[in-house]
Amino acid sequence: MQAYLDNSATTRPTDGVIDAMARAMREDFYNPSSLYAPAMIPEKQMNLCRDKIRKALHAVDARVIFTSGGTEANNLALFGSIGAMRPPYRAAVSAVEHPSVLEASQRLEEMGCEVFRIPVNEAGELDYDALASFLQGGASLVSCMQVNNETGAKTDVARLSKLVRALAPDARLHVDGVQGFLREEIDFRLIDMYTLSGHKIHAPKGVGALVVRKNLRLKSTHVGGGQEEMYRSGTENTPGIAGLSEAIDEMRKRTDRHETLMSRKLRLVEKMREAVPGLLINGPKPEDGAAHIVNFSFPGVRGEVMLHALEEAGVYASTGSACSSKKRHVSTVLTAMGIPADRAEWALRFSLCPYTTEEEIDYAAKVAGEKYEILKKFQRR
Amino acid sequence: MRKVLLARFGEVHLKGQNRPYFMRVLVDNVKKMVAPIGGHVWLSDSRIYVSDFEDMDECVSLVTKVFGIYSVSPALEMEKDLDRIAEETVRWMDGVTGTFKVMCKRSDKRFPLNSQELAVELGGRILDAHPELRVDVHHPQTEMWVEIRDHAYLYNTEIMAVGGMPMGTSGKAGLLLSGGIDSPVAGYQIMRRGVNIQAIHFASPPYTSERAQEKVLSLARIIGKYEYGMRVHIVPFTKIQMEIHEKCEEGMGTLIMRRFMMRIADRIAHDNGLQALITGESLGQVASQTMEALGCTDIMTDLPVFRPLIGLDKLEIIHIAEKIDTYETSILPYEDCCTVFTPRHPVTKPKLANVEKEERRLDVDALVEEAVANVKTVLVKD
Repeated sequence: MQAYLDNSATTRPTDGVIDAMARAMREDFYNPSSLYAPAMIPEKQMNLCRDKIRKALHAVDARVIFTSGGTEANNLALFGSIGAMRPPYRAAVSAVEHPSVLEASQRLEEMGCEVFRIPVNEAGELDYDALASFLQGGASLVSCMQVNNETGAKTDVARLSKLVRALAPDARLHVDGVQGFLREEIDFRLIDMYTLSGHKIHAPKGVGALVVRKNLRLKSTHVGGGQEEMYRSGTENTPGIAGLSEAIDEMRKRTDRHETLMSRKLRLVEKMREAVPGLLINGPKPEDGAAHIVNFSFPGVRGEVMLHALEEAGVYASTGSACSSKKRHVSTVLTAMGIPADRAEWALRFSLCPYTTEEEIDYAAKVAGEKYEILKKFQRR
Repeated sequence: MRKVLLARFGEVHLKGQNRPYFMRVLVDNVKKMVAPIGGHVWLSDSRIYVSDFEDMDECVSLVTKVFGIYSVSPALEMEKDLDRIAEETVRWMDGVTGTFKVMCKRSDKRFPLNSQELAVELGGRILDAHPELRVDVHHPQTEMWVEIRDHAYLYNTEIMAVGGMPMGTSGKAGLLLSGGIDSPVAGYQIMRRGVNIQAIHFASPPYTSERAQEKVLSLARIIGKYEYGMRVHIVPFTKIQMEIHEKCEEGMGTLIMRRFMMRIADRIAHDNGLQALITGESLGQVASQTMEALGCTDIMTDLPVFRPLIGLDKLEIIHIAEKIDTYETSILPYEDCCTVFTPRHPVTKPKLANVEKEERRLDVDALVEEAVANVKTVLVKD
């Protein structure tokens, strides 16, 4: 038996998605910039996908810029905004952002932008008071993630938007929705820019988008042939976009997806608590967090060791964000939340998808209980 | 006229009656190394020559990695015709500025000019063609060599190779390979003396991962290219570590673990005809590498234990690791079995009697037997 519970790292493309991509390569392979008639097919498909994204986000007339994924979209949101605005540059990002925002903000700092990192509490909630006092001095950009990739903590976008609009009406509000898109609700009318990524919702890797409010100027980070209305040069990834288009349809067809995810997650929490005495949950209360992510600490056992023990039984989870599996350090997200270093070292993230079954959940909890029973005896003294 | 790579050998010169054997092995090793690029290799007149390949840079990169080769020079091979030689020599000096010197060596005494006369003649013709150049026999900016042997050879650079002794002429040994910076360097140093190496690696899943094991295999692949592929014995070590952790005094954990490694390595060595063991220990680097600790691990085997890094500083070791391209791989952050249960306060001056007393809490023979029975051996090769 296998239980793939690392869907926040990436998801398995569905058969429908793979078929859509194969068709895009086999039949509709034309370059959408070409002038002859068949090239209009991929172009139309791209525009159809843009419409689907707008519908999913309540973003009627927004611009949808296809990118190579979440990282590029986040980079475009930050660098593209600052590049199109006038000094003084002041930006606020939460302290628990994904590296594609955090590292980009550090680069902005080197370029002379003042950057404020909004603290969070132990549940991963933003410190709105601290943000308010920063915004008093004016701001160019605020960027916060919809769902935290390590803990599942959700940003209250309505509250954030109200605060930003009231105190810094000129600031752009960007929300990184890589872990939220189609799994948690969002109303694009509250914000200015939104990042989404295909491979977290059963589309392939290598496709994503930045959704931008109409009439918002951005300076492109890729220059060349002027595709995507000059915002993102480079021949469009039409097979990837075809896959994304199909994945959006399939996700939206599952109207009960949020309830399913939440009930599976709560089941995982319950079963895991039964199997693992002393189990700790990092981040928000399970019912308050995103429906598909939960972060446990197994007291006394390093997350990496637990991960490999689970792996032996075909259960796959993750220590922190997958992007950091090649760096060795305690999670910066958990540290920023004020979680003590040893507890952060014991942390393991489980993330579900709408296809995760109850059997997988039960199996994972059973295996974790058995492995923990053995491993807890061998903690470092 | 064709391009050849001319390779000089180092220490093999010092051999007496064994010399033909060493030479044969060395030539065979060069052949094996250049086989992928299809080079033709032959020995003549105290030099090894390689010809019939496409890319000189690639050939240089391969041949300079053959142990026993001292240096190489990309050369032009041509008929022993003075005018032709002069024409090429002059052409090679195109674009050169400042001072130069021509050095000649004539081993074919039938050639009409002796070494000195040939150098003067060629120098004169270069000056005729490039009057802006000057000769400086003491500190020339550019040197030009011409050798008259069965053919004439022209070259202007000498590239240093690894040196050492031909691979396979000094026996076989087992290297305790962890995945850190030191052990691949230790292996390389001994391989350089002509020793064929098999690696012995201790794996402790789930404390160590597939990636950690893959990293060790990558390291074996990097240093294994000097012996055309390396055998790696992977020893399952988790149970031993857990038993030590559970039953023995914490401070002695690492030392007892090292003694187990030596016992198992000794068994693998005897089973595979290995005549010595190699470790990457450097005196005093960590608690298990003090003189007392090494004394406690050494007695676990009757084989000689080579520790080529024993007198080196960490920075010197890193320097070699960078040179042999293992450093970048070694610093990948995967946990190896040595660091899993590191005690907070390891004993630095252990007494053998105390260590042996601690070990009596374990069924040492059964644990070693089980580990040896479950060794997996893989051959890594490019």
